[in-house]
Amino acid sequence: MSSSRLIAVALAAGAAVALGAGGALAQSDDKTLQEIERYRQALLEGNPAELVAMRGEELWKTPRGPNKVSLEKCDIGLGPGVLKGAYAQMPRFFADANQVMDFEARLVHCMVALQGFDRAAVVKSPFSGAGQRQTDIEAITAFVVEQSRGMKIAVPQSNAHERDSFERGKKLFYMRAGPYDFACSTCHGVDSQRIRLQDLPNFEKAPPAQKAFATWPAYRVSQGALRTMQWRLNDCFRQQRWPEPVFVSQGTIDLITFLGVKASGGTMDSPAIKR
Amino acid sequence: MKTKLLATAATVAVAACATYTPPSEQETMAVIKSSFRDRGQAKVDRLTQSEIQKICTETANDPPKDVRARLEKAALATVKYPADGKWLGDFKLGERIAQTGVGLQWSDQAGSASGGNCYACHELSKAEISYGNIGPSLNNYGKLRGYSEEIKKYTWGKIWNTHAFNVCSSMPRYGDAGILTEAQIRDVMALLLDPASPVNK
Repeated sequence: MSSSRLIAVALAAGAAVALGAGGALAQSDDKTLQEIERYRQALLEGNPAELVAMRGEELWKTPRGPNKVSLEKCDIGLGPGVLKGAYAQMPRFFADANQVMDFEARLVHCMVALQGFDRAAVVKSPFSGAGQRQTDIEAITAFVVEQSRGMKIAVPQSNAHERDSFERGKKLFYMRAGPYDFACSTCHGVDSQRIRLQDLPNFEKAPPAQKAFATWPAYRVSQGALRTMQWRLNDCFRQQRWPEPVFVSQGTIDLITFLGVKASGGTMDSPAIKR
Repeated sequence: MKTKLLATAATVAVAACATYTPPSEQETMAVIKSSFRDRGQAKVDRLTQSEIQKICTETANDPPKDVRARLEKAALATVKYPADGKWLGDFKLGERIAQTGVGLQWSDQAGSASGGNCYACHELSKAEISYGNIGPSLNNYGKLRGYSEEIKKYTWGKIWNTHAFNVCSSMPRYGDAGILTEAQIRDVMALLLDPASPVNK
């Protein structure tokens, strides 16, 4: 898919939303949401995340780092090298690291433990900037999450570590702080809320939580880039006027555990494509 | 920590009959605080909760009546009303402030003017169809409530420190938290309460 065609599709769909919404909002919010959904459907026809995932696959399989090994022996929860369905069951507890980890944390772990990369260098710039090439972490994440498409979200709560992670994540989700007094739950704890025209999933209810969790990572058309769940949290906290969450810090993992448990039973559909 | 670890091991070992003890408030807060870092003007000290933030968090935004009354009274005492008694500025500038969402993020220059981002949560002027619904519609704000001194005073207080009227409201404290300047609040007031404002047309 050429990028010019993609832009054309996006613009056409965007215009349709804008035109449709003009009259629709006066009538009903439902109609607006239908229009936005139609826009998303139009976007689905060509998702550039596929290209990112292809590069991720190559990165996964190529011997790299000081140890010159691939990531094919990396155990992301279902055994070394087992990728199918694994992302849908993360975060989970990893005994070798004595820690609950989301996929991105586990990827960093494998790049350091298996490939011998320097941790500080790996986590320094995990998200690509505007117009930059996707980072290795983003590309590999796109590839691995693709292997869980169609699989049930089943974030485990089978030991005290995983339950602790959920409890801490829950605390973080409801915690009001900062100059704007916002918690995650300010926007994501009530049904059918919107910021401008953007609908906000209520993580207290399974259907919206499932739909949201299932569709990250996603290709963001407005940014021309694939974005991971760690990025999603980072950009939420920026707008929440909080300090910056440290990439793959325990708090971010715990929050993903909380969201993932709330979304359990949903069906992974990522990389998705969003406005 | 060691005791916790042993307790955890024991829990796993006898999972069939063990009871689970969630992490303490202290442990949880330590993990949360160590998971954030200063960036630009957004420093980690922002995670230290005020009394209202703490109580609203702990009570799921519904504190007991007596606590609510005490906190609302204290919040009302923070409101600074305009010294010259001039309530309304320029509604056109107010519209611009209502449209703008920048301010106090790590991506914003410290000290640069913030927006109010009113449309993120409220309907105001009918011409703007891209509005959120976290707060109530403010379309026809003045037309419906009248343009009395009393309404102006209430509205100023609501914008300055929303907690004075609803202690766990989701709305930011635009004056109290230093998000908008007094002049900017006057302009937003005009957007709501000038009979010529598009909000009241």
